[in-house]
Formats: sequence, structure tokens, C-alpha cells
Amino acid sequence: MNEFEQMYREVILDHYKNPRGHGVLEHADAEAEGQNPLCGDEVSIYVAFGDDGETIDEVKFSGRGCAISQAATSMLTEMVQGRTATEVATLDKDELLEEIGIPLTPVRLKCAMLGLTTLKVALHKAKGTPLPQGLAGFDELELT
Amino acid sequence: MAVSTDRKQLDARALRADFPIFEQLIHGKPLAYLDSANSSQKPRQVIDAMSAFYETSYANVHRAVHVLGERATAGLEGAREKVRTFLNAPETREVIFVRNATEALNLVAYSWGGNNLGPGDAVVVTELEHHSNFVPWQYIAHRQGAEFLMLPLDDNGEVDLSGLDAIARDHTVKVVATNLVSNALGTIHDVGPLTRWAHGQGAIFVCDAAQAAPHMHVDVQALDCDFLAISGHKMCGPSGIGALWGRAELLQKMEPFLLGGHMINSVRYEKTTWGELPHKFEAGTSPIAEAVGLGAAVDYLEAAGPDAIEAHEHELVAYALERMAEVPGITLYGPPAERRAGVVSFNLEDIHPHDVAQILDRQGVAIRAGHHCCQPLMHKLGVAATNRASFYLYTLREEIDQLVEGLHTVRKVFA
Repeated sequence: MNEFEQMYREVILDHYKNPRGHGVLEHADAEAEGQNPLCGDEVSIYVAFGDDGETIDEVKFSGRGCAISQAATSMLTEMVQGRTATEVATLDKDELLEEIGIPLTPVRLKCAMLGLTTLKVALHKAKGTPLPQGLAGFDELELT
Repeated sequence: MAVSTDRKQLDARALRADFPIFEQLIHGKPLAYLDSANSSQKPRQVIDAMSAFYETSYANVHRAVHVLGERATAGLEGAREKVRTFLNAPETREVIFVRNATEALNLVAYSWGGNNLGPGDAVVVTELEHHSNFVPWQYIAHRQGAEFLMLPLDDNGEVDLSGLDAIARDHTVKVVATNLVSNALGTIHDVGPLTRWAHGQGAIFVCDAAQAAPHMHVDVQALDCDFLAISGHKMCGPSGIGALWGRAELLQKMEPFLLGGHMINSVRYEKTTWGELPHKFEAGTSPIAEAVGLGAAVDYLEAAGPDAIEAHEHELVAYALERMAEVPGITLYGPPAERRAGVVSFNLEDIHPHDVAQILDRQGVAIRAGHHCCQPLMHKLGVAATNRASFYLYTLREEIDQLVEGLHTVRKVFA
């Protein structure tokens, strides 16, 4: 099973089967819904800020999708907890990719990035900052 | 399904030897290519025809007076005649070369729908359409202020025709558009009742045959349709070419779809007049070598025999449905084997199709995972996506065995 372990590390399967931060925040300060039109994966992300209106206090996500998209989003919720909205809105995707730690084909990369892209859209919208290039289309085309 | 002895039998193993793609290992395993409904592989006969054309006969068509121009024109027009025969179309000029079935359906939606649809009119499609026969009609209907209506599927996955009377009462039906074979479930539709109803309403009947033409005999006169679309890449031909067949009297009355070179009769500053069929709808330089390849693909399918291909796929589907049902936790979608082309859509427990497909890929098995450009259907099934294994004339039983073995491995990884 070695070749499959390389594709789906134990930690990925663990996050997939026991997602952290799974759920909905009723009165979220920031939220967005993202879809991967290639496969119909969906992720909704909810963020609550701390009293400073900047620190990410709590992140939850709901949705359905493949192991990569759901596990990556689960990992992301742990990764951004306690960091500032401004920092996370421009988070380098490599930080998440390192955490995922498995080689991804271009199609699977889109799965892996779904949660992060959706989170960035949520933060930019909450802060009223313009969406960076690349995300602008995402907001128009893939958010419903 | 029993194959009668007087009918040509298909030798899949012999045909498979014509396809160079199978001469390789994928991840060290023999290739089980079960994604032909997505796009088919190409036989050497098609590849060689295109290479030979480029090496000996290539030039632009219809306007070069030199010998290469003549050869190229003969290649393109010869392919058109082959497609006419393949579809049993009355006239060669009714065959329009396009990029693919999607472009063919857009052509009809824009050129016919753009001038014939208005408020009070309705376009009727089914819940089982590929997006290519859904989105253009939805778009043009709304743009023209017409209604866009969808015939739902019943609980057995069949198109529910019980609402037709109500539709006829409330609307002027102008277009009925449906596929002959569903790409997502493989359902072979008996479109006869819907065709008669459409014509009874004075509507045009538009057939998406992209999934049917590779797998069975398609006869535009027997179908009594008004327009029919095919894609070369699904039927052993190259990508980048497809064909629209339309009734000459309808095509003649239509405005062109794309404008520019070749499609004109005369161009003056004040006014341009359109060329004759089929040129009116073929602006710009045609996909010439692709047409030659499509012609070679048609020859290949005719030699194998569309009836034999259909029988072969029925056998494979029956075998696949039986073998796959052995896998615990599997859900199989679609009609019984005798009513479907070589397509099996399924889900394995709650494992996402992307994960299923990726683990299968590692075992040399190529399937499609996703919504198959059929989001309305996925919504109906209550799933985001399915896995789809699809078969063709080169598919062997052992590839289905390889798939079933692979599915057991998927279950182990996600256990």
C-alpha cells in the first residue's frame, strides 16, 4: 500500500475523516462560499474576529468534497487560528502546501486550494479590500 | 445480449491492436482506458491519414488553384460526403463542419433561436442533458424573452413526458432539444414520441448525438430530427472537429453564426451577401486535416460496424454491472444494461469520486470523476459528482476486472 500512502498520508485521511473546525458560525464576521466547478466540490467558510476586529478567533467550515479539499480546509482552520486577517488574506499558498505534504497534480491542486481561496475571499470581503487578481474571477464565477 | 449470427461480430482484441496508446504501461500497469465517453482513443488509421495528408496534400482549401489546394479541398469535401453517408443525411451541403457538438448546438441556438424565439415561445430540454445542449438554450431563450423549460426525470431515471400537454397548452413550443444517449448515465433514449410531439407543436427537434454516434447507428432521416450534432473526438476522430447536420430548408433561412472569410458571396462597403451551404456556416479556414481524420474515423467505424459496436458495448455493460455489484458499498446509477450504451456511473460509499479516480489511476485504470457536465442531473441524484466508467469498441473484459480489483483497493485505503 506504499504508493497509496504517498498519495494519501495518514494525516490527510485523519483530517478528512475527523475534520477540525467543521460546522457553521451563526454570526460570522466574515464568510464566503466557494465551489470547484471541475468537480462540484463546495466549501463554506465562517470566521469570527477577536475584540480587536483583526485577529482570527475562530474558523469553521462546512461543505462536501474530496479528501484533498476537505482535509486541506481542515488543516487550514488550525493553521490560521490566532493570526491576523490581513496576514491570512495574503497567505502564501506554499505554507498550506507544505502542510499537506504530498505531490499534487494540477487538478488536485485546485481541490487543495479551494478552502484557502474561499477564506481569502471571505476576509477581503469583510475588510472591504479589493480582491487580488485571480480571486476577482473566483468571486464572480464560482461563488453563488 | 445475444448477437445474431448473421450480424458482424466485433473482435475487440483485434481492433485494440490498431490503437497505439495501448502499447504503454501506466504506473507500471497495463492501461485500462475506461474514459471513452469523455474522449475516445484514436486508431492508427486515423493518425496515419492525418499524417499522410500533412506530408503530401496540405494547403488551404477552396481558394488555391495549385495542385495541393485541389488535394486538400478533395480531402475536406470527401470527409463531408463520408459524414453524410454515416448519418444517412439527404444532402452533402447539409453537413457543416464545426469544432465539436457544443459549437454545433450553439450555432443552432444563436442562428435559429436568435431569429425565431420571442416572448410566449418556449424551448424544451430534458433534465438529462449535457451542459452543451442545456446552457446555450437556457441562454438564448432568456435573451429572447422566451421560456426555458426542462422535462424532469421520473424515479426510474426516465424522461417524464406527462407534462407535455400542459406545456403545449401554455406555450408556443419552438424548440425541443435532447440527446440520443446520455453521457452521464448511458441511457439510450427512444426519442420518437418526443419528436412527434415537437413536430405536432410546429417546433424544431434538435438532437445531441455526440454520445450516440460513436456507439450506434444514427440515421437523421429515421430519427426525423431537424438538427443533429456530433463530435469527432468521441468517435475515434481527432479533437477540434465535429459536425452539424441540419435540414437544408432551415439552414438556408438562417443567418450565419460566425462571420468573416469564406462564408461570403460578395462583400461591399454597403452590404455583404452570404455564401451557399455549407460555406455560409464555415467562416475562416476549416479544420482541414481534422476533417480528413474524421473521414478516416467514419471509415473505421463503418468497417467495424455500428451494430456490432452497440452489441459489444451491451455485453460489456451487462458484465460490468454484474461484476461491480459485487463491490460492497457501491451505488450504480442508470437504466438496465439493454437500455444503455457503454457507460456505468457509480459511487463507492461516501468516498469522493476524485479520490476513487486517483487511486484507480495508480492502478492503470482511467475513469472520469466529476459532474460530467450534467449538474442538473447530479442535483437530481442528490450527489455532487459520480464516477463513470465507459467502454468502447476496444474495451476488453479484463479491463473491467482491473476496475473491480481497483475498487476493492480504494475501499481498503479509505477503510
